[in-house]
Amino acid sequence: MTTIAELPPGFVDKVLSAQSTFRSVMDAMARPGSVQRIVPMAGTPDTMMRGTAAIALTLFDHDTPLWLDARMSESSDVLKWLKFHTGAPVVPDSSIAAFALIGDGGALPSLERFALGTNEYPDRSTTLIIQVDSLDAGRSFELRGPGIDGVATLLASIKPFDLFERLRFNETLFPRGIDVVLVADDAVVAIPRSTRVMSKGG
Amino acid sequence: MNAPAYNFAYLDEQTKRMIRRAILKAIAIPGYQVPFASREMPMPYGWGTGGVQVTAAILGPQDVLKVIDQGSDDTTNAISIRKFFAKTAGVATTTSTDEATVIQTRHRIPETSLHANQVLVYQVPIPEPLRFLEPRETETRRMHALAEYGLMHVKLYEDIARFGHIATAYAYPVKVNARYVMDPSPTPKFDNPKMDNCPALQLFGAGREKRIYAIPPYTQVVSLDFEDHPFEPYRFNAPCALCAAENSYLDEIVTDDQGSRMFVCSDTDYCEGRQAAGHHGALSAAPYKDKAQEASNG
Repeated sequence: MTTIAELPPGFVDKVLSAQSTFRSVMDAMARPGSVQRIVPMAGTPDTMMRGTAAIALTLFDHDTPLWLDARMSESSDVLKWLKFHTGAPVVPDSSIAAFALIGDGGALPSLERFALGTNEYPDRSTTLIIQVDSLDAGRSFELRGPGIDGVATLLASIKPFDLFERLRFNETLFPRGIDVVLVADDAVVAIPRSTRVMSKGG
Repeated sequence: MNAPAYNFAYLDEQTKRMIRRAILKAIAIPGYQVPFASREMPMPYGWGTGGVQVTAAILGPQDVLKVIDQGSDDTTNAISIRKFFAKTAGVATTTSTDEATVIQTRHRIPETSLHANQVLVYQVPIPEPLRFLEPRETETRRMHALAEYGLMHVKLYEDIARFGHIATAYAYPVKVNARYVMDPSPTPKFDNPKMDNCPALQLFGAGREKRIYAIPPYTQVVSLDFEDHPFEPYRFNAPCALCAAENSYLDEIVTDDQGSRMFVCSDTDYCEGRQAAGHHGALSAAPYKDKAQEASNG
């Protein structure tokens, strides 16, 4: 039983840390495939990586319903930490979540179960935040789309292995779709719905 | 108590989070207008409340801010917004396009090419390009959902039928990433080609209309046109009277009540940079200085 006093802390400087973290995430979203670093430190409960914790403190609040996968929600410390520092409601229904935190990508549910937005309001969709093993080594992927000058190459070791194949449904759904933020420790890569990813193997 | 009365960059943190989430969605769906809960700002609507909120949400202590109004760093709107952020965020400000990391603009895109480490924030009065064709928001939303943009082409066609050419000179509609038709804000259509494949991130904020939209870097932006009436950027055919630039967008300035006028670059930083590099136009003060020098020597 952890009391609030024993919870890992949030940002030391809430305002400037949130700004710095947001710029990293914004740059990641604007330049898909580029690896951005999250500088500010925050306490990290249990299964949560540094990057994930910083993004949570930067973007979550009482207006953003959260969905946690089994790995994230098995820890009462994660739930308490999120509740205390962000106040975001944790919901059991993934189709109404603004953000989903995925600790174990191997058990990622079908992407259709998240909010995809509507054709009139495609922005009302879930942003997936997936913790992965590595964003600088592993299989090689080619990315094309807005934000990329020609082709971008991403080296990543991620689960589920077929994530980018599954994200291909963004192409037919557009402008509806799922935006993904991949986190490995302090490294962040975003794959917005407009990005097309091809596996190069390796 | 002399503690600062404002949070960093004026807005409270909850508002910034809400705007930041809207910006991320706007980048993910290029050209789509994301609704956001626009706040009242300490300036009237029409003075750039949308752009100011976007700038406040992204600005950090390391940023160097430039603000332009119709290309000028020296007009009331530009100066007051620049001072606003110098005071509430303590950021460095500049008039140099090259040195700036965040550029807030009203009605122009700088002449100097933007680079990848910059963000261009536009102040937008009416974000909906279809608004004057269809006043109902429910209808324009559906038209965007269905990519039903025939009406916009009819409007451009009516220009041709009436004037013989597409007479729309500013807020000229563009198609972003081959999907959404977007209002580039009331920039002259001269600036439209600069939006295409631009290395900098472009963010648009409309405060009164409560919309944020974006063009990510290196994104295709096409001005709408017809095969037999291709898009043509308009420029008054004269060199700048101060720096002799042949390729910049010009302002017409009335100089007396006898009908005299001069045409000068609307981008003051660009014009000053060229003059400093030794380019002089017909009405530049420099020749007179030179002449005065010659007269005193002779």
